[in-house]
Amino acid sequence: MSASQPRTETSPRISDEIRKTTCYMCACRCGIDVHLKKGADGKKHVAYIEGNRDHPVNHGVLCAKGAAGIMQHLSPARLRAPLRRTGPRGSGQFEEISWDEAMEIAEGWLRPLRETAPEKLAFFTGRDQSQSFTGLWAQAFGTPNYAAHGGFCSVNMAAAGIYTMGGSFWEFGQPDWERTRLFLLFGVAEDHDSNPMKAGIATLKARGAKVIGVNPIRTGYNAVADEWVGITPGSDGLLVLSLVHCLLKAGKIDLDYLARFTNAPVLVDADPRSPQFGLLLRGESGRQMVIDRRTGRPADFDAEGVEPDLRGKLRRAGVTHRSVFQHIAEMYLSNDYAPERVAGRTGLDANRIHRLAAEIARAAFDEPVVIEQPWTDFRGVRHERMVGRPVSFHAMRGVSAHSNGFQTCRALHLLQILLGSVEVPGGTRFRPPYPKPATAHPLPHARSAPGQPLGGPHLGYPQGPDDLCLTDEDTPARIDKAFSWEAPLSAHGMMHMVISNAHAGDPYRIDTLFLYMANMAWNSSMNTTQVMQMLTDTDADGEYVIPRIICADAYSSEMVAFADLVLPDTTYLERHDCISLLDRPISDADAAADAIRWPVVEPERPGAAGVRPFQDVLCDLGAQLSLPGFTEADGSARYANYADYIQNHERRPGIGPLAGWRMGESGVAHGRGGPNAAQIDSYIANGGFWRGEIAPDARFFKPWNMAYQDWAVRTGLIDGPQPYIFSLWCEPLRRFQLAAEGHGRRQPPEHLRARIRETFSPLPIWYPPLGDDQRAPDAYPLHALSQRPMAMYHSWGSQNAWLRQIHGVNPLYLPTALWQEGGFAEGDWARVSSPHSQITVPVAHMAALNRDTVWTWNAIGKRRGAWALHREAPEATQGFLLNHLIHELLPPRGDGLRWANSDPITGQAAWFDLRVRIEKVAAPRVSQPAHQAQASPVGRGPRDVAQKVTR
Amino acid sequence: MTDLPPALQVKLGLVIDLDTCVGCHACVIACKGWNTQGDAGPLADADAYGKAPEGAFLNRVHSFELTPETGPAQIVHFPKSCLHCETAPCVTVCPTGASYKRVEDGIVLVNETDCIGCGLCAWACPYGAREMDPVEKVMKKCTLCVDRIYNETLPEVDRVPACVRTCPAGARHFGDLGDPDSAVSQLVAERGGYDLMPDQETGPVNKYLPPRPRDAEIDILAPFLEPVAEEPRGFMAWLDRTLERI
Repeated sequence: MSASQPRTETSPRISDEIRKTTCYMCACRCGIDVHLKKGADGKKHVAYIEGNRDHPVNHGVLCAKGAAGIMQHLSPARLRAPLRRTGPRGSGQFEEISWDEAMEIAEGWLRPLRETAPEKLAFFTGRDQSQSFTGLWAQAFGTPNYAAHGGFCSVNMAAAGIYTMGGSFWEFGQPDWERTRLFLLFGVAEDHDSNPMKAGIATLKARGAKVIGVNPIRTGYNAVADEWVGITPGSDGLLVLSLVHCLLKAGKIDLDYLARFTNAPVLVDADPRSPQFGLLLRGESGRQMVIDRRTGRPADFDAEGVEPDLRGKLRRAGVTHRSVFQHIAEMYLSNDYAPERVAGRTGLDANRIHRLAAEIARAAFDEPVVIEQPWTDFRGVRHERMVGRPVSFHAMRGVSAHSNGFQTCRALHLLQILLGSVEVPGGTRFRPPYPKPATAHPLPHARSAPGQPLGGPHLGYPQGPDDLCLTDEDTPARIDKAFSWEAPLSAHGMMHMVISNAHAGDPYRIDTLFLYMANMAWNSSMNTTQVMQMLTDTDADGEYVIPRIICADAYSSEMVAFADLVLPDTTYLERHDCISLLDRPISDADAAADAIRWPVVEPERPGAAGVRPFQDVLCDLGAQLSLPGFTEADGSARYANYADYIQNHERRPGIGPLAGWRMGESGVAHGRGGPNAAQIDSYIANGGFWRGEIAPDARFFKPWNMAYQDWAVRTGLIDGPQPYIFSLWCEPLRRFQLAAEGHGRRQPPEHLRARIRETFSPLPIWYPPLGDDQRAPDAYPLHALSQRPMAMYHSWGSQNAWLRQIHGVNPLYLPTALWQEGGFAEGDWARVSSPHSQITVPVAHMAALNRDTVWTWNAIGKRRGAWALHREAPEATQGFLLNHLIHELLPPRGDGLRWANSDPITGQAAWFDLRVRIEKVAAPRVSQPAHQAQASPVGRGPRDVAQKVTR
Repeated sequence: MTDLPPALQVKLGLVIDLDTCVGCHACVIACKGWNTQGDAGPLADADAYGKAPEGAFLNRVHSFELTPETGPAQIVHFPKSCLHCETAPCVTVCPTGASYKRVEDGIVLVNETDCIGCGLCAWACPYGAREMDPVEKVMKKCTLCVDRIYNETLPEVDRVPACVRTCPAGARHFGDLGDPDSAVSQLVAERGGYDLMPDQETGPVNKYLPPRPRDAEIDILAPFLEPVAEEPRGFMAWLDRTLERI
């Protein structure tokens, strides 16, 4: 047949309208162009989603999750109406009720709690991007029991960064992609900061900069890394401190930077008999003191023109003080940190560590990056140019989710700071509102009283034992025991402990558990099987031990099945949101930026009572309960809805949830200004975001750069300049350690004393993960990890017809030697045992893997009946969770105590401390444990899908 | 059998960089999203929420593990779609003329109204790049977004295939591989771009850029860092000397 070429339409019109909003398919918050097309019904429908080219986060690109957002928006798992439980908890049996009825029930449950014992409401939110709003609501209610998901995610990374350098990775920091020459990536969850990270790595590769991936597993970013360091889990801190050892020993550190910008020259009380032992010397003004090289005499660290001396020593009132730097030299020059000593535990060759140190030193010191831009520091010293060390780092959950994670993250920051590579050209840079030191953050508040709001924000950064959240009886004030002696610096709360503590009535019983966007009956809990039992457990009277559960979610998740009342949320395309500078904004190192979501389509659930944006519901509920801040003097609602709040709420005079297009004295202004009724419209007209650039002389050295400090004041990030120095010596840790040594009014319980003494070192240390059983190290010889794939945002993606075809099953990957020795073959299954439990799952071979590590993709496994999936869906029959193997407590150790499976400093869930052994078994019909199916309140998805909007 | 056009001047195609592809599947879903709503769509998903979902995807990413003789194992992510071959066996095998290669740019397309769903083209394609729509039962394939790349309703910057526009890692490039001076041809020349399975003699237009060497063999002669001191006391002496110079 001859080629008779048909005519092809090459210029079809794609859509009738493009609406620009913000993605919510993960936490990355990219800008999206949503194409709407008129359908046969004459209404505009979502037809196609692509990245917004003008957006500061993604510059037009979009990941698989983002492009598949249309299928999330159209998911058959979407809830359609408020639900009241009709069957037993967990069964998934509900009846649909009206919104009036749902609000009446919620008010009826919550009002008596507020009037008598507000702490009996535990309000916890998961993937919440409105924490500054939900937190405000909880504060107005008066319960101390509020937090979001950071405690089981990456609080170690956030808290270590903020306590050490007043900023952290990801949202609050980024590599200087344009200038860095060596980039080291430690343990990164591949769905986090996903598009900027991919784009950044591509930028580096295009410039010929080197990327080194430190990770037990070589997938994703580590697969494209120029060099892969397949470290043994839990030993990153040891590797980092060994690098510190090598660099110190070779004098490859930035002495000038350390002297000017860190507390390395600050004087420490070095007298073991002093009650101030280990605390920093303060002058009459209360400021930390250094020896001024110009005079040889002590001076406030920030006095004009002071030249701090790294070798400072001072004897005052019979007490010897020595600089932090001398402590650092003594500690890390020790051969305990020599590569030859740490090689075995890290699974790396000693020469490899030496070579890494040499490579870092070469990149940092042989070719400094220079920007010809004068700037002036907080001591009034003018610098003619900006000189930087082009080595940058990034790290996430892989180092964070260990019981030694806080100190490991601190070690990483110590390394960066010794190199002089933070907030300099080529290094790690902060994103506004950061830098902001721990001391500029709030302290946690937990004093509740009937009918009263809480005195301040729930979460914060304690500076010592006096700031803990304890009752008058010294028991934990919070249900999750955050900010107690068990986890003093739990800056994000400890959501993973809420259900087990509430079930145990320890520290007290609660009445209502109120969850938003958190799948605590499944992948967001340790010990999932028992958590499901705790949620259904009854007392002697046959009442549920946790009396009431309210769940707000958009989809039929595993957790929804355990709710007594379900408040159905909209999808992310049907609602207002603000990605706020008060919260977790979308700034970059050169600018402050925030963004909105807005209803690009109206929420329609034909034939049902419909769904409402959860934040709108909270506004109404706040008014119904007459909460301060949500109610006018005449008793009417302060905010008609969340959009009204976004535009009109002022956190401080002139400072609101959105910084762009405020109303200044002489017209529209950015940063500071009064509410503007056209603010959201202005955001929409600008593509959904606002970005305010930092001037060139203020872009680097931000903590010390007066031009930046002044810019931050003008922009409303801070109310006065607050320059500070980095805390290599972390004094708050030392205050807790001092208490554990017997000093001070507030004393830890006896059983925690030793642990606090050992782990709260004011200089970073490494200790073996607390989950490792030192008595029988070979009983569970393998490390077991999970990580999230780039194309799936854990449980949220499985209802997505497109994404589940990419990740519908999750084998357990085994390294080569284990595979061969165990006689495994393709299609085999294995029983995986931890000290806590067992699972039986499919296995697969992977060579690019640390020899002692097994791993799987996180949260592909689903409970049968959830997410509107078929009961035989592979997610339910072959998919599995490692969570079943992980207890929130460590196994009994014969001391009569059960220790939390968490970091002792921050309470971060130690997911990745998990140790297992495995054995080959015959394939069961489905992966084990298999749970009874839940009924689906939304039915099951259609058989076939052919997505296209046709006129 | 269907004829191919004579040798073409313009050869539009993709250049895919295996050095930077992180295997994120962004291109896979962008392709699905664009093409299901466009002329090639819908691209159906059978058993979409069921036991064995099977959808039509015009672009897929495969991952391979390499175990070099020395050095650690490596993972290579390998996106694959139609390569718009110069001597496309899928075209010549088509019994109805539904498959054809465009004269003006070499894009291989399927005229769905003429496709009888016999599957011969999928059998003939050595790359497995054709996809039977599981519901419509007609053959679907990469169109190189022919409804984007010339689309005058789009801003000029957007007239590239959806997969190229979306790739966060900058691993996908689009252009005229028939023009030796084009950016894509230059990239192929610089980076040693290669044909997939050249022994098949299909003349694929799409090219792949190989991964740069990974885990470069450790140079055992590379110097370790020279210590300035072995002991803290010696270190402080070094510090004294050094600080005097600052």
